[in-house]
Amino acid sequence: MVITETPDLGTPAPRASGDVTLTIDGKTITASEGTSILRAAKLAGTSIPKLCATDSLKAFGSCRLCLVEIEGRAGTPASCTTPVAEGMVVHTQTPTLKRLRNGVMELYISDHPLDCLTCAANGDCELQDVAGAVGLREVRYGYAGENHLADAKDTSNPYFTYDPAKCIVCSRCVRACDEVQGTLALTIAGRGFASRVAASQDESFFTSECVSCGACVQACPTATLTESNVIEIGQPEHSVVTTCGYCGVGCTFNAEMRGEELVRMVPFKDGKANHGHSCVKGRFAWGYATHKERILKPMIRERTSDPWREVSWDEAIGHAASEFKRIQAKFGRLSVGGITSSRCTNEETFLVQKLVRAGFHNNNTDTCARVCHSPTGYGLKTTFGTSAGTQDFDSVDHADVIMVIGANPTDGHPVFASRMKRRLRAGARLIVIDPRRIDLVRMPHIEADYHLPVRPGANVAVLTAMAHVIVTEGLVDQAYVAERCDLDAFYDWAAFVARPEHSPEATQGASGVPAGDLRAAARLYATGGPAAIYYGLGVTEHSQGSTAVMAIANLAMATGNVGKPGSGVNPLRGQNNVQGACDMGSFPHELSGYRHISDAATRRLFESDWGVTLDEEPGLRIPNMLDAAVDGQFKGIYIQGEDILQSDPNTHHVASGLANMECVVVHDLFLNETALYAHVFLPGSTFLEKDGTFTNAERRIQRVRKVMSPRNGYEDWQITQLLSNALGYPMAYVHPSQIMDEIARLTPSFAGVSYQKLDDAGSLQWPVTGAAPEGTPVMHVQGFVRGKGLFVLTEYVATDEKVGPRFPLLLTTGRILSQYNVGAQTRRTDNALWHEEDRLEIHPSDAEDRGVKDGDWVKLTSRAGDTSLRALITDRVAPGVVYTTFHHPLTQANVVTTDYSDWATSCPEYKVTAVQVSPSNGPTDWQKRYETFAHDHRALAAQPTE
Amino acid sequence: MNDLDPAGEPHITTTTEERLVYMANQIARFFASQPHEAAVAGAAKHLADFWDPSMRQRIRAHLAGGGEGLNPIAREAVAALKR
Repeated sequence: MVITETPDLGTPAPRASGDVTLTIDGKTITASEGTSILRAAKLAGTSIPKLCATDSLKAFGSCRLCLVEIEGRAGTPASCTTPVAEGMVVHTQTPTLKRLRNGVMELYISDHPLDCLTCAANGDCELQDVAGAVGLREVRYGYAGENHLADAKDTSNPYFTYDPAKCIVCSRCVRACDEVQGTLALTIAGRGFASRVAASQDESFFTSECVSCGACVQACPTATLTESNVIEIGQPEHSVVTTCGYCGVGCTFNAEMRGEELVRMVPFKDGKANHGHSCVKGRFAWGYATHKERILKPMIRERTSDPWREVSWDEAIGHAASEFKRIQAKFGRLSVGGITSSRCTNEETFLVQKLVRAGFHNNNTDTCARVCHSPTGYGLKTTFGTSAGTQDFDSVDHADVIMVIGANPTDGHPVFASRMKRRLRAGARLIVIDPRRIDLVRMPHIEADYHLPVRPGANVAVLTAMAHVIVTEGLVDQAYVAERCDLDAFYDWAAFVARPEHSPEATQGASGVPAGDLRAAARLYATGGPAAIYYGLGVTEHSQGSTAVMAIANLAMATGNVGKPGSGVNPLRGQNNVQGACDMGSFPHELSGYRHISDAATRRLFESDWGVTLDEEPGLRIPNMLDAAVDGQFKGIYIQGEDILQSDPNTHHVASGLANMECVVVHDLFLNETALYAHVFLPGSTFLEKDGTFTNAERRIQRVRKVMSPRNGYEDWQITQLLSNALGYPMAYVHPSQIMDEIARLTPSFAGVSYQKLDDAGSLQWPVTGAAPEGTPVMHVQGFVRGKGLFVLTEYVATDEKVGPRFPLLLTTGRILSQYNVGAQTRRTDNALWHEEDRLEIHPSDAEDRGVKDGDWVKLTSRAGDTSLRALITDRVAPGVVYTTFHHPLTQANVVTTDYSDWATSCPEYKVTAVQVSPSNGPTDWQKRYETFAHDHRALAAQPTE
Repeated sequence: MNDLDPAGEPHITTTTEERLVYMANQIARFFASQPHEAAVAGAAKHLADFWDPSMRQRIRAHLAGGGEGLNPIAREAVAALKR
């Protein structure tokens, strides 16, 4: 379908207020108070020429093209900076205005190359359009005078080119960087005629603070900032609106195409998650789809030491199915299982768990959400009744206090971070609880009121101590609690947190957080107005991950911060469809919509629809599958879109489990690390090559639309369907919309969802029900889904992963802006230029103690294993804490992480590993062996010549 | 056999049985701050809701064999499992 985008209205919409009536060019119109004349005119169908104005940015009034005449007022004011007024009579086209606009355009054009025919922006250039609009016919000044036409291009950024010769110094790029992205990397250097756009301190774009979000490119009205792809390929000829395949923000984009060739991804202005903004990954890092290492043909091998053999789809699917059947016949029904992926669509995920439950006849289905946000599901369902965040992203505009815990939004969720930064620049207060001094703690125009540098593993101590302050200092919202929460549980909880041992003073030794700061932060959270909590994997990936989520929920309920604008508990989901993967019944204990498998009525519903009898017992989780594999009881697995060898903890144990299986089927884009142990490889399709839906962190269901044919031959849901059919459980979907219809039929919270409805609405936030046919942006508005909000006792229990003489430092892990998860996609794009290797962040004092200099190779050793990487000396980490990312397989950060995990969900404790750091000469013997092993196990057999 | 896992490299992974005991104790430790009866019931329900039958069977067999290593609440919770 063709989706039209709201046109550029010139200036942003004003805050809602009363209406005024005015006349523009003889037409009587009504507009909201505060609307600019430029916007009001455009809304009424009259386009006033403009260059410096665009509706994503505040009016600037510099280009002097949007001038108008207003009866009764002197001069020719800029319509972008002049608000409408009652009774105003405006003229947008007069001889005076024509003369003035022509004069301005002549000046612009006199210092602009006249290469329109060969310019990359030809056909997509506002300067060109405005020249036509004002009727420019000559440039009286000539072109021989001083100009900038010979200024050198900056091609340092791999994704876009800065050509100063074409710059009209409208400042749209600078303002976009300031207002939309919030990085403030750009400025106008020089004065008068010497004024030029400059990155940072007049550095190249690549080496500057620029984060390559593309906002400046998007804002540029000329060819000054242009995607290098457009320069190389040319202008696109059609576009398709789709949803990004990276993080849980769920940005929508116009995929701009030439035939089946993707030219560029342009953030969709009407996208309700991103409102026209993007980050370096979604905007630019999609080249992996055509990377030479992508596997496009199915492959099989008898033993993992054999070279791969390319085969037909029929042979690969037939082989996988017969192996699964053989294994189940020999080792039992429960000896196989499957893993769904948070990178895949809802429909694909639903189908994989259906294949496991109906095709394998067991519940051994799990999802990679196991290793990230499973504690969110457990914690929020227990306390609120729903396994999801409470707010929409827009809610942050109403927050007066923002508390960020265990999340690094500027790197992990950059587009939402830009929204958050905007609110912070406008005055919201900020509390950051994180072992590292993340960027948000102090950046241009933003400084956290409190940074509580919690020791890794002590979140629950800090959160319970905050509750202690709130309860003992009388800061509880008594009326809210009395109306909405289970009072018996509240009183038990209040008495529990009020105990002296939970005071900030008593816990600061364990948490590392000064009691005074903690008390002040708790007071601010409780009394500072609408307060929103945003948290990430720094909360969940702990042995007390679920406890910490419930401690967060307790705080929000106690202070009345759930169910209203600007408040809430907001998990920032890592991958694009973590929420959806959980919603779709991927976990072994529950069917879609978070209904336990033991519930007979729910099972009957599915059994009736699917025509099978379902096992009433929960199945194995991923770590339990691996344990069972090591024990010789679990022998086969179908893994769609997940690289457990690289992303799951304790690599040695994962490898042992995989090596013990007789049939490992990996369904992915690349021969990932897990595929080293695979017997069947089914090539997957990218998000560009399939239809479906993703559900983002705010429960927003959005369409993924196919913009090109799958290069591997099939969309992923089709491949699962082929496998299911070969296993003997028939599936006959013709289009994923039919899968969504089935999901809606079987899942109350999705009851009102269909592709047609999504196309009409753009997106829908579940629950979408008869009571909420347009979806539910904010949950728990009238009351909690579970009835009364449940306070839960959250005793701090120190992790068993202890530091000691052998392992005196605490390692915590995370991600970086330019890379995504295990890096399978982003490493195969130019994003690798920003992050060529994982580095170990270490405090200067810890480095000095060990004789380590910046850039030195260091060996990182834990009780689980060791690896080597280069050191990055920084005081972003506290003494005693080290930090690294896990984007590169040869670093294998998870070689050192342990298999300690959350008590409730088995989510790994990635964030706490006791380690030692020592100087090293380079990669460890294990890394060298791994490199050889990986090379050998990716080998492809020589193909017979035809 | 794991090609990448030669003998002698440090491991913390114990046997599955030991791991199940550890997990049961972890669960019990969470519920321990509740009154005893509720703690046992909570831990038992958690095991029934989230552990697959083979895991429950192994932990019950472990208890039947003396239950070494299980903390008191975990022990009672495992004993309370119906199957």
